[in-house]
Amino acid sequence: MIRRLVRFVDQRSGGAPFVRKALRYVFPDHWSFLLGEVALYCFILLVATGVYLTLFFEDSRSQTVYHGSYKPLQGETMSRAYESVLHLSLDVKAGLLMRQTHHWAANVFLAAILLHVLRVFFTGAFRKPRDLTYVIGLAMLFTAFLEGYLGYSMVDDLLSGMGLAIGYSVALSLPVIGANLGLLLWGGPFPGSPSFIPRIYIAHVLIFPLLIIALLTLHLVLVASRHHTQFRESPKTTEKQVVGIPAFPGQAPRSLGLMFAVFAVLFLLGGLVQINPIWLWGPYHVGEATNGAQPDWYLGWLIGALRLVPGFDLTVGGYTLVPNPFWGGALFPVVILFVLALWPWAERRVTGDDAFHNLLERPRDNAWRTSLGAAFLTWIFLVFMSGSADRVTVWLGLDYSAQIWAYRVLIWLVPLLVFFAVRRACRELLAWEQIRSD
Amino acid sequence: MSRVKALLIAAVVLLLGRGRPKRERRPEHRIVPPGPADRRAENLVLLLFGGVTACGVAFIVFYAIDKLGHETQWLGLALGLAFALLTLACIVIARRLVVTEELPEPYPEDHPDEVETIAELIDESGSRFTRKRLVTLAGAGALGTLGLAALTPAASLGPALDTSALKKTPWRRGRRLVDESGKPIPAADIEAEAFYTAYPEGADRELIGSPLVVVRIGPGNAGVVAYSKICTHAGCAIALYRKPTFPDTQPGPALVCPCHYSSFDPAKNGKVIFGPAGRPLPRLPLEIDGEGNLRAAGGFSGPVGPSWSGVRR
Ligand code: FES
Repeated sequence: MIRRLVRFVDQRSGGAPFVRKALRYVFPDHWSFLLGEVALYCFILLVATGVYLTLFFEDSRSQTVYHGSYKPLQGETMSRAYESVLHLSLDVKAGLLMRQTHHWAANVFLAAILLHVLRVFFTGAFRKPRDLTYVIGLAMLFTAFLEGYLGYSMVDDLLSGMGLAIGYSVALSLPVIGANLGLLLWGGPFPGSPSFIPRIYIAHVLIFPLLIIALLTLHLVLVASRHHTQFRESPKTTEKQVVGIPAFPGQAPRSLGLMFAVFAVLFLLGGLVQINPIWLWGPYHVGEATNGAQPDWYLGWLIGALRLVPGFDLTVGGYTLVPNPFWGGALFPVVILFVLALWPWAERRVTGDDAFHNLLERPRDNAWRTSLGAAFLTWIFLVFMSGSADRVTVWLGLDYSAQIWAYRVLIWLVPLLVFFAVRRACRELLAWEQIRSD
Repeated sequence: MSRVKALLIAAVVLLLGRGRPKRERRPEHRIVPPGPADRRAENLVLLLFGGVTACGVAFIVFYAIDKLGHETQWLGLALGLAFALLTLACIVIARRLVVTEELPEPYPEDHPDEVETIAELIDESGSRFTRKRLVTLAGAGALGTLGLAALTPAASLGPALDTSALKKTPWRRGRRLVDESGKPIPAADIEAEAFYTAYPEGADRELIGSPLVVVRIGPGNAGVVAYSKICTHAGCAIALYRKPTFPDTQPGPALVCPCHYSSFDPAKNGKVIFGPAGRPLPRLPLEIDGEGNLRAAGGFSGPVGPSWSGVRR
């Protein structure tokens, strides 16, 4: 039976040699290699649940008066977009499950990519011949940030409206072209033309997913064609050969198991843990805002940056040249992207090391990279934390402005300390290993 | 009844029976190394698959029962558990039922010879051109222009070249202020330490230039002031009116934006006293009409909402 099926396919595609090779493709075994896979499985679930959601969403900002089943919003004016999501969440069977699972999957997706990038960075997996794979991965990460932002923005609840207002202001703040770009994207001054919601809708469900799929395919093809990196675990693992479990039969149940585990966690989260209860936020109107608004976690670093920058616009003789949101909302993420993307080339330049690297370094093996990376990460993390200073004020009563001033100093000081501490730790660890092996 | 019994026995035999031993064709050498059978693990996998089936059925049943169909928790639990059991089945299969091989495989290398051939191929193909530079340049220019032409329709997305729309607000001299329900606002009704939202009468409320905050900073008609409700930092609506918690050290009350906590002093023409906003909140001059209601006495003192590159402050 199987033989007949394989023969059928091979005679029509000539694919048997390729499939045979693919089945025996080896996967080196280390838990940290699974992070990228987790991201992939999140993406699969995002597409599946997302398709379901599109069947209910109405991409329109035309206003209507609510007469649905949710009592507290009776008689309120709201957009059809928001009304359709209310309906999906509160009246459609399994609608809320799908929506919450989708939202959770987005959060885990970003977390998994981020951890994957850290793994790749701190083990030197990005070195030649995988620098291009790494840059494509970064492109995916930043596309995913935007994709997530658009996703919760198109719902047109109060929080998403505030998020869009900030996005609009950041667009407007770009030097020279800001006003033109903002008007172009929004189709007019904020909140934009009636076609704005349809625009971000099509971007969220078609354009960006296609982009991610294209990058993902490229990423995976490059990974497979250069094979996985591996740690130096036994004399058999060398720069010349990779050692691992073949895709079939050894790796297949492991990977499938991981996929099902990701699905299990996401459906349990989607079913049991509430996320973004939009009916509590209410519809967006330009003149309304809510207190203590927080975006999804993966945009926390941008909120933090927008809040930390001191209050000034760059001006020339009564004209604004660079408005304030530019620094935190545009320059900050662009700097981070560039530092990360150019790192492989910078490292190659500094160390003069132009060789192929298939074996990974443990973080301690490369004290410079590890300590610089840790300092950079600390810098971003502190900015991220500063975005939650208002929560701390509510919980612990610490003065908000005092916290902001503290962060403005600490984001420069702490990374410096981290740099020296980590560099020291790496060297001590190596020395300690040396003593133990003697 | 006896049919049920027969079915049950059949099911048990199916599950636990050894089945007909297959005549194995023994190849000379196996690709996957052999391993011992593990019936306990196999039984466990069967049990887990049974559990997955049960959870799947439960999901469908929950969905079908009208009361439970709207219970996100039960639906999520059924689906999540199904996948969790499936995960366990995969783990058992991976650990106990398929052989874990460790295979070496050489890393692929680069192909300097092929690279050389490709480069040569391209080079030689162009050898009949005498002015390579010029042709390349002209070709790049042509394709670039064509690309630009293809992108031009994107300019229809919005009034990209006419930024004057950013400055428009519905406020003119004499326009009445109304509250959320559309009623005019008597100046005398504005109380100290309270925060009012106002809109232009008979105009679109969903414009950045429309919503106002109205507060009282002193006694009498002159003590009522109005500002744009839209933060000059990044366009959120001002939603907080912070009264001084420590009157000795802190200045008077402040209008605070909940997005990044820019704070504006209503007693000092909307001056920024904290936070990232780069310019004051635009003030709307007020007048009182014959009925004692608030009206605009002119336009805003500056551009409303977020700044853009090139705006006059
Ligand atoms: S939008 Fe008001 S402080 Fe940023």
